[in-house]
Amino acid sequence: MTAAGEPLLRVEGLRVHFPIRRGVFFDRTVGHVRAVDGVDLAIDRGTTYGLVGESGCGKSTLGRAVLRLVEPTGGQVLFDGTDVASLKGEALRTMRRRMQMVFQDPLGSLDPRQDVESLLSEPLRAHGLGGGTAGIAGRVRELMDAVGLPSAALRRYPHEFSGGQRQRIGIARAISLEPDLLIADEPVSALDVSVQAQVVNLLEELQRRLGLTYLVIAHDLAVVRHISDVVGVMYLGSLVEQAPSGVLYDEPLHPYTRALMSAVPVPDPVVEERRERILLAGDLPSPANPPSGCRFHTRCPWRQETRCDDEVPVLRELAPGHLVSCHWAEEIRDGVLAPKSPEEVAAIQGVTVRATGAEAIESDALVQGLDEPIERR
Amino acid sequence: MSIEAMPPESGLRTDVPVLEVEDLSVTFVRRGEQPTRAVDEVSFSVAAGETIGLVGESGCGKSVTSLAVMGLLPRRGVQVGGSVRLGGTELLGASDRTLRRLRGSEMAMVFQDPLSSLNPTVPIGTQVTEVLAEHRGLGKKEATAEAAELLDRVGIPDPTRRLKEYPHQLSGGMRQRALIAMALACSPRLLIADEPTTALDVTIQAQILELLRELVVDTGTALVMITHDLGVVAGLCDRVHVMYAGKVIETADRHDLFARPRQPYTGGLLASVPRLDAGRGVPLTPIRGSARDAIPWAEGCAFAPRCDNAQDDCLTEVAGSTVPLEYDGPGRELRCRHPLTYPPSPTGATSSGSTASGAGR
Repeated sequence: MTAAGEPLLRVEGLRVHFPIRRGVFFDRTVGHVRAVDGVDLAIDRGTTYGLVGESGCGKSTLGRAVLRLVEPTGGQVLFDGTDVASLKGEALRTMRRRMQMVFQDPLGSLDPRQDVESLLSEPLRAHGLGGGTAGIAGRVRELMDAVGLPSAALRRYPHEFSGGQRQRIGIARAISLEPDLLIADEPVSALDVSVQAQVVNLLEELQRRLGLTYLVIAHDLAVVRHISDVVGVMYLGSLVEQAPSGVLYDEPLHPYTRALMSAVPVPDPVVEERRERILLAGDLPSPANPPSGCRFHTRCPWRQETRCDDEVPVLRELAPGHLVSCHWAEEIRDGVLAPKSPEEVAAIQGVTVRATGAEAIESDALVQGLDEPIERR
Repeated sequence: MSIEAMPPESGLRTDVPVLEVEDLSVTFVRRGEQPTRAVDEVSFSVAAGETIGLVGESGCGKSVTSLAVMGLLPRRGVQVGGSVRLGGTELLGASDRTLRRLRGSEMAMVFQDPLSSLNPTVPIGTQVTEVLAEHRGLGKKEATAEAAELLDRVGIPDPTRRLKEYPHQLSGGMRQRALIAMALACSPRLLIADEPTTALDVTIQAQILELLRELVVDTGTALVMITHDLGVVAGLCDRVHVMYAGKVIETADRHDLFARPRQPYTGGLLASVPRLDAGRGVPLTPIRGSARDAIPWAEGCAFAPRCDNAQDDCLTEVAGSTVPLEYDGPGRELRCRHPLTYPPSPTGATSSGSTASGAGR
């Protein structure tokens, strides 16, 4: 295999496009939803990469494309030096043993008719691990211990557990094959506030003990900041900024990151009253028909007359490890450019912003269905 | 648009708080099962231009409280006790006619899921004008013009075109704005917002919260904000009531609450939420167990099984009485026998510092 210095997962130019089909008798493809459109990222062994963005930005699709749960349209996913996209059949199945996923909705991802013991031993049997019936029984107990559930729970069914406990089962199932990479898609967003911290702590503890590498996908910036070493911010299918988590939160450079940070409520009235708020105009444009040039220019308070509308910004390195895709990042950082109010942005863009759902209704319904947060409270 | 323009027949007084809830309790009864007390002796009041927050996790009774206030709970199998007064008028036991007249005109509600609270087969415009025709007797033309103005006010671009569109053609944030526009159609004195931003993205959430903030300032509407998100509360509410297992366990001004939470549950909630402005690697202190572990209030403090401060007298059996909601300094109420304590120099204590000390208990 490869040298230890090489990142465990390297994604290069990954694209996932979903065709929009129309017609009753003839399946015409009328366009594509560009859910992920050219993303590069690398995750080092034993670290956590946090991927944040709003619903519909393609973050979940990216996670699924890495595991090939959706087929990438283009680009490469190099896991430990092997291109996952080129694997087929048995080789892919073996590779998947080393990459596991924790899903957002713990109830929906566990078979209601299997008890916990059967749920946890299934992956071991499928991959022929654990060493026979007795070995598997021992391993299942170890797993229950690792995620802090009593072994008495083995005979119970998913509906008998609370949300936090179900998520623990989901995590136990994911780590049962001793994977190298764990992709966690919104691992805590369906849980109650007081329980979220338990699951976050469990994920951190498991990483320390088992040396896992995480790709955490979430919309909650505070959770991502807490758990991640490196954070990437996605907007409409591409990365707009990537930086070590401390740096990103101390000095966000991309206008979208700044707006996102200022929008997250902080549970402290003193901070809430003092802090600067950057409100964005309008909604996320449709990924089926993304804006030209910089994709954020329709909502950007710092948009300039030149370059923003017609020139696609590249992800460039402004400081070590701090990548940002904005033509004016330096000027914004140094305070040379002043932001406009959302009303001004809306007025300037009033004609060109294609408000969501205006013309292509079908495509929007599609897009919204991609990444809807689960409301199971 | 203003309250003065409304016919004075509503008979509501203006010299009392807009909403007074006293000892509200809601019990769900099912044949062959133990009755479930979802809301238990909840009292609060809201004045015009004031925002209060009802905070708690799922199942704590905050939504049932709001439904009981609006009179939207089913009659069968539900026992509602106590008193709910809107501008001095008792709502519990009021006739359906009275409630119909008040709902929509004097009190309105914004629900969590905008898609399922809008009729998918009716254009947005009709749904907004319906309220105007019903309560203000406007003609079709006037109502349409008024509806366009309302949509504009809540920040929906190109309102005249939007009026003809159906809910599925609007994005989540816009649907929520449309719902708020409907709720505001008659300038209600009371607006209840039940998790209005939970289903929305953070940047859209910020837009909606800003809108609600402006409304309270501009129109003097009394706002009851129901949420589980302490961040939302910190930025919006004047007073906060924390609920657990159907009872209010702590009431305080938002600054006091966040700076010095007294109930271990409130402190635990604050310590278990990662903060955007805190350093990385600051460990989270979760609350043990889950809301399922609550015991009935009649047996003791419902939070005792999860509480680090719990002692024997938290149980009714030992103390001889249930834990009461008591006066706890100016403007504060507390239901706890062993609250979190703070060193007696509150002047220098920043909220983050005291949250940390709450966490380190």
